[in-house]
Amino acid sequence: MDSCPPKEHLYRSRREPSPRSATRSVFLCASLLAASAPSTFFSSPARAQQKDSAAPVVVQPGAPGKPSKTLPPSTKATLPPRSPADVEFMQGMIMHHQQAVEMTALIQSHTENKDLRSLGARISSSQSDEIKFMQRWLAARGEPISMAMPGMPDMDRSGRPMALMPGMLTPDQMEALRKADGAEFDRLFLTGMIQHHNGALIMVKDLFDTPGAGQDADLFNFATDADNTQRAEIKIMQLMLEKRPAEEKR
Amino acid sequence: MNRLLSFALRVMGLAIFLTCGLNRAQAQEPSAAAPKQEAAQPEPAKADPSKKEAAEPEANPFAPEPAPALPPGMKGSDTNDPRAKLTPGLYDAGEASMGIKHLLLLKKPDAFQLGATDPDDPKVQKTLGQLGIGDTTKLPKPVHLVIAQLAFANSDFAFQGNHLFQGNFYGVNIYDISNPASTTLLTSMVCPGGQGDVSVYKNLLFMSVEMPNGRLDCGTQGFPPEPPPPAAEEKDKDNQKVKKRRIPAAQKERFRGVRIFDISDIKNPRQVAAVQTCRGSHTHTLVLDPGDKDNVYIYVSGTSFVRQPEELAGCSGEKPDKDPNTALFRIDVIKVPVAAPQDAKIVSSPRVFIDPRTGAMNGLSSGGSLHKGQEKPADTDQCHDITVYSAIGLAAGACSGNGILLDIKDPVHPKRLDAVNDPNYSYWHSASFSNDGTKVVFTDEWGGGLGARCRPNDPNKWGADAIFRLKDDKLTFASYYKLPAAQSDSENCVAHNGSLIPVPGRDIEVQAWYQGGISVVDFTDPAQPFEIAYFDRGPIDPSILVLGGEWSAYWYNGNIYASEIARGLDVLELTPSKFLTQNEIDAAKSVHVADLNVQNQQKIEWPSNLVVAKAYLDQLSRSQALPSNQIASLEKAILSAESSHMSKNKVAKLQHMGPSLEKSAAAAKNPADAARLHALAEILTHPSA
Repeated sequence: MDSCPPKEHLYRSRREPSPRSATRSVFLCASLLAASAPSTFFSSPARAQQKDSAAPVVVQPGAPGKPSKTLPPSTKATLPPRSPADVEFMQGMIMHHQQAVEMTALIQSHTENKDLRSLGARISSSQSDEIKFMQRWLAARGEPISMAMPGMPDMDRSGRPMALMPGMLTPDQMEALRKADGAEFDRLFLTGMIQHHNGALIMVKDLFDTPGAGQDADLFNFATDADNTQRAEIKIMQLMLEKRPAEEKR
Repeated sequence: MNRLLSFALRVMGLAIFLTCGLNRAQAQEPSAAAPKQEAAQPEPAKADPSKKEAAEPEANPFAPEPAPALPPGMKGSDTNDPRAKLTPGLYDAGEASMGIKHLLLLKKPDAFQLGATDPDDPKVQKTLGQLGIGDTTKLPKPVHLVIAQLAFANSDFAFQGNHLFQGNFYGVNIYDISNPASTTLLTSMVCPGGQGDVSVYKNLLFMSVEMPNGRLDCGTQGFPPEPPPPAAEEKDKDNQKVKKRRIPAAQKERFRGVRIFDISDIKNPRQVAAVQTCRGSHTHTLVLDPGDKDNVYIYVSGTSFVRQPEELAGCSGEKPDKDPNTALFRIDVIKVPVAAPQDAKIVSSPRVFIDPRTGAMNGLSSGGSLHKGQEKPADTDQCHDITVYSAIGLAAGACSGNGILLDIKDPVHPKRLDAVNDPNYSYWHSASFSNDGTKVVFTDEWGGGLGARCRPNDPNKWGADAIFRLKDDKLTFASYYKLPAAQSDSENCVAHNGSLIPVPGRDIEVQAWYQGGISVVDFTDPAQPFEIAYFDRGPIDPSILVLGGEWSAYWYNGNIYASEIARGLDVLELTPSKFLTQNEIDAAKSVHVADLNVQNQQKIEWPSNLVVAKAYLDQLSRSQALPSNQIASLEKAILSAESSHMSKNKVAKLQHMGPSLEKSAAAAKNPADAARLHALAEILTHPSA
């Protein structure tokens, strides 16, 4: 400590009373005035220069090159609008993820491949977690968790047979996976899960291609992360798929 | 599907019990945008406590989920750690710490949150109304506070002088930290768009924006959603949904990219430029060119979707074989003229994943992988975060599926030197170098930060740090480090942002683990990292995973600052323990920097004084690198030099002790002790006051 000046010294120049303090007081006064103003109050640096204070200010910048405005201290945060496409995405993705969990549940009884078991555990864990997250997101917003018509699981809400989400394995593909074991199961699982994950990427793209969709921060973050995680898993699965024949030859 | 429905009913039952059974429900006029309730759902007035017993625990989406069984060969976390079972609470949670003292929590400013901790608060009700939730009796009470909170989440930090800049998905808050223990808020700058990653250089503040609600004018209103789609939907032969490719209305007012503010007046930041990018900016990195003082550079890491060319000309999200100008598989470099920031623009979009032999832009080979043998073009098309270390001309990129090493001597044209991947890694998230540039710590953000990933059965190699040795521009894996303490099912927890603590003679990082708290790790020996200090709180809520916890924990000029997503700003300090002495802490505090942007890593230089010497001496004593009598006589000589105010003959005595230390350095058991002995000899030979 002896050799080095305390930081108050180092930074004192920043703390010295300067013309800036006068400017600061402007914003305090502006804030106080704004509190009683009926709508947004535009700051005007020419006003009131007499008082200084430690009161924090709330400012909202304008577009580049435009002045900022001072908002009332009572300002509360507001949210962007939610889109019907947001809800549809979450409901669809739950159905989509449930199939992935169903697929990984087969691993234990269908293959001894250690790498695949480890990968399956990861996928199962991530997707179960994500299903919970999506269910919470929907329930918290008072939306139905399922796309299905209440009481009619095979029907969607417009009374048509429930459609598969992009990339979901068809009933035939699922049946083939259930019947396979060992190396053949590994191959079907990997190709199937790659197809499945690619479908999720399409769903994310569709979401963000919809005007006004994906503005909810939790949804945006979730969709982006799910997209990234699945891309990374696709890569791992592609490598496993390529490694397989080489190992079999040995 | 039946299961789902019954589960939905149970949830409602439980929710009704929670809300009506315990509290008088607040009736509220359903807003115009309120979702239509399904006829099959129960009437809210019929609260039935027996429903609670009927509801299976796993049927409630708000019930946290325990981890599945550990995969074979994997280890979980320590359930006996004092951090494993802390009492819950938003502002009154139980705390545990070792080697860290918590000084202050400043709650998030009202302008950046629902502004209340009471679910019945009219402000909360109003926000629920904005969300289109008219009938709040359908929701468990704690959920009222939880909804949409990521929209107001605190994120990363930047520091300059006495100012701390705390990014938020909704803008930036600026604090005065001239007296850390009584930190005060100066300015709340409202400007939504997430995630609000910040950097600061002179009078310029940079901010990342990636979300579709970002507006050029910092407006909070976002953009109107399109009307509900027509009932008829097309399906293909496999009964899969086919969406008609909509042509979205381009929004010229939308902003996704890097904003630049002039902060000459700290209480009135002005936006001076906004550089649009195709994928927005999830994070960014300030890059200084040692040879160019007139410009600074910004590396933009975009991880989100590519927007339509109708909105920003030239943007394409196609695969590289379809469009050589795809916005995937690249980073963007913005050049900012310091004197004319309004002229900032993208000057290059380096293809950092290119295969140098074939020129394929998606050619990141896994040749550097732990699993050798693959040379396949890979899918990594983005970096999540890049840490530049200009002093050694290198950058470490954490790029979704890979960790990469870049040569940045020409900052506009970074070139990849090496790439690694790791079978236990889910998502390469961030990186930091050791001060001497011989190690890189990467992090794996398994689960994206939203999930509980430190539960007793979560493997300690997943969602962990991976420490690599760096030699001759090659990265070699050394070990994993994960928060050792088990966390509850309702705490989001995974490796996240940290910075070096400038303790001389050791590599020490302080790191945030979301609701896992703060962990300080020593990785001087990259093969054997260990924890030396921690601070943790209990979960925000015991029965619901409420997103929160520390986003970043950074050391800045003597204190640790941590950005709490939900709660606010934490200020902490190190305290001595068996793992870290007061002398070592004092030596760390003797390092002062003018500013700190953690991803623009600066070389730490220690003063050549006795404070630092005493830290080395403590370390040599701890590692038994010198006999105890030699330690004692060194200690005595240093103290008497200090108390004599560096009198000539006492200093001369110190100088005499230098040569024998150099000899010991040459014979030291390990490189860390050799470096300490050498550094101590240097100080004693040339001590400054």
